[in-house]
Amino acid sequence: MTARTAPFIEPGGSEVPVTRTIHWGRWISGTVALLLAAWLAWLFIDNPRLDWAKVGEYLFNGKILSGVWVTLEIAVLATAIGLALGVVLAVMRLSHNPVLRSLSWFYIWFFRGTPLLVQLIFWYNLAFLFPHLILKIPFTQVGVFWDTNQVMTGFTAAMLGLGLNLAAYFAETVRAGIQAVDEGQTDAAYALGMTPMKRMRYIVLPQALRIIIPPTGNEFISMLKTTSLVYVVAGNDLMTNASQIYKANNLIMELLIVASIWYMLMTAIATWLQTKLERRFGRDAVRLVRGGGLTGRLRGLAGSRTIDQGAGA
Amino acid sequence: MTNLEKFSETTAPVVHARDVRMSYGQHEILHGVNLEVAPGEVACIVGPSGSGKSTFLRCINGLEPVHVGSLRVLGQEVGYDLTNGKAKAWNAKQFAQFRTGIGMVFQRFNLFAHMDAAQNVACAPVRVLGISQQEAAERARDQLARVGLADHAHKRPHQLSGGQQQRVAIARALAMQPAVMLFDEPTSALDPELVDEVLEVMKGLARGGMTMVVVTHEIGFARDVGDTVSFFDEGVVAEHGPAREVLTHPQHERTKAFLSSVR
Repeated sequence: MTARTAPFIEPGGSEVPVTRTIHWGRWISGTVALLLAAWLAWLFIDNPRLDWAKVGEYLFNGKILSGVWVTLEIAVLATAIGLALGVVLAVMRLSHNPVLRSLSWFYIWFFRGTPLLVQLIFWYNLAFLFPHLILKIPFTQVGVFWDTNQVMTGFTAAMLGLGLNLAAYFAETVRAGIQAVDEGQTDAAYALGMTPMKRMRYIVLPQALRIIIPPTGNEFISMLKTTSLVYVVAGNDLMTNASQIYKANNLIMELLIVASIWYMLMTAIATWLQTKLERRFGRDAVRLVRGGGLTGRLRGLAGSRTIDQGAGA
Repeated sequence: MTNLEKFSETTAPVVHARDVRMSYGQHEILHGVNLEVAPGEVACIVGPSGSGKSTFLRCINGLEPVHVGSLRVLGQEVGYDLTNGKAKAWNAKQFAQFRTGIGMVFQRFNLFAHMDAAQNVACAPVRVLGISQQEAAERARDQLARVGLADHAHKRPHQLSGGQQQRVAIARALAMQPAVMLFDEPTSALDPELVDEVLEVMKGLARGGMTMVVVTHEIGFARDVGDTVSFFDEGVVAEHGPAREVLTHPQHERTKAFLSSVR
């Protein structure tokens, strides 16, 4: 809302200027907030126990930089695993096959029901249960054989743990996306002779994915920082490497600041990318979701009584 | 030779409903519908909303189940395999195969929102019939030209008017070369000035000899283009006969009341 600046003209022709409103509340709260922020910043900057030179020194330390790289790798790979598996789980969850539906339900329940930290440590220590991983054709000697300790490094444990965990959460997002696609699309697909699988593959999923692309950005941003949990399995990520340095030289606060600066930078870049994604797909998403707000959704509910099976009875 | 081709050589009814009943839970929607549609016939279904017209239409291609009675479409009992003295429910593949022979046009168009007009038309021939992308593109071009939209092939549904969207939907159904076309209130969601362009396309189809089952509120269309009219009321066919006769000299009180209310 723009305030009026044009003066009033009296019947006699004289001008009455509009005075500028002073927003006292804004000035007072703004000043208080600034003072508080300055005081907090000063507490850190002026702290004799905090060595800022060391922060600058370690910011571009080789071990920190390689940690940043590993953190990015783990975040990207784990998100990819989570998204792919999440889509599969969501489709299973909406399947008409009760076995697939229960399997998906169990997976989601299990991975959301146990702490991520427990899962990470579990994967890392898989060798205690299964010293060897064997993949072979049953009743033959044909197959591949791994030493679990070699396969299950901190990196793979982190990637698996974070990826499998994200899948459980992401499945619910995908499910919502699939259910947001207009039921008429399914009717049309079936009427044209598509099987439920083809309908999902060619008609519903492509539209559902456009709807859920913006939230995937969120998942990735959150994942960037969740990777710091990998520190418990020594995944050589940013947090692990920073902790290894401060355990040796005791500059705990300095290295936490270094790590935070990198995390914030990565988050800022990811947020910028997400905004671009949203701009690209957001408008599409609004159009794809079934029309007409609440009434549309009610119509959807009424429609769900009909068979979605593509099979009559 | 497919069942469909074999069928098209006979004069048996395309749709043959005997005492068709269906319910949503405890609530019966169709209370015994009897109806026959001959090859080449334009069968119009009129009646008040909630009378089961659309539900019956959706039964014809198996989008809704039939719970009692018999509904034979293109010579097959919809949803069941009756050979060997047992009624075995179709699987999803059998439903899909059956529906390739039946085109359907919806009230709300239901164009695939992530595809342009040409892709909407070409999609099912490629994914369902397995013809080549190139051949399907040609087919899409032909069908879009047939409904007068050759110049709009690369527009997304939201860039088209309601009338244009419905014509694309008709082209999409025709691209499967169906033996019968079902229309579910194809002009009810359109602005009044866009109704005629869709009706013109449907008239052209009728003149070309297409078998059509049309649920409609357009009494003028039913009278001029329809061969027969069935008046649905409370889940049954209350009156059936040659279009002109039923619409100009209705016998039943309900038909009379309905027709005078829509005029």
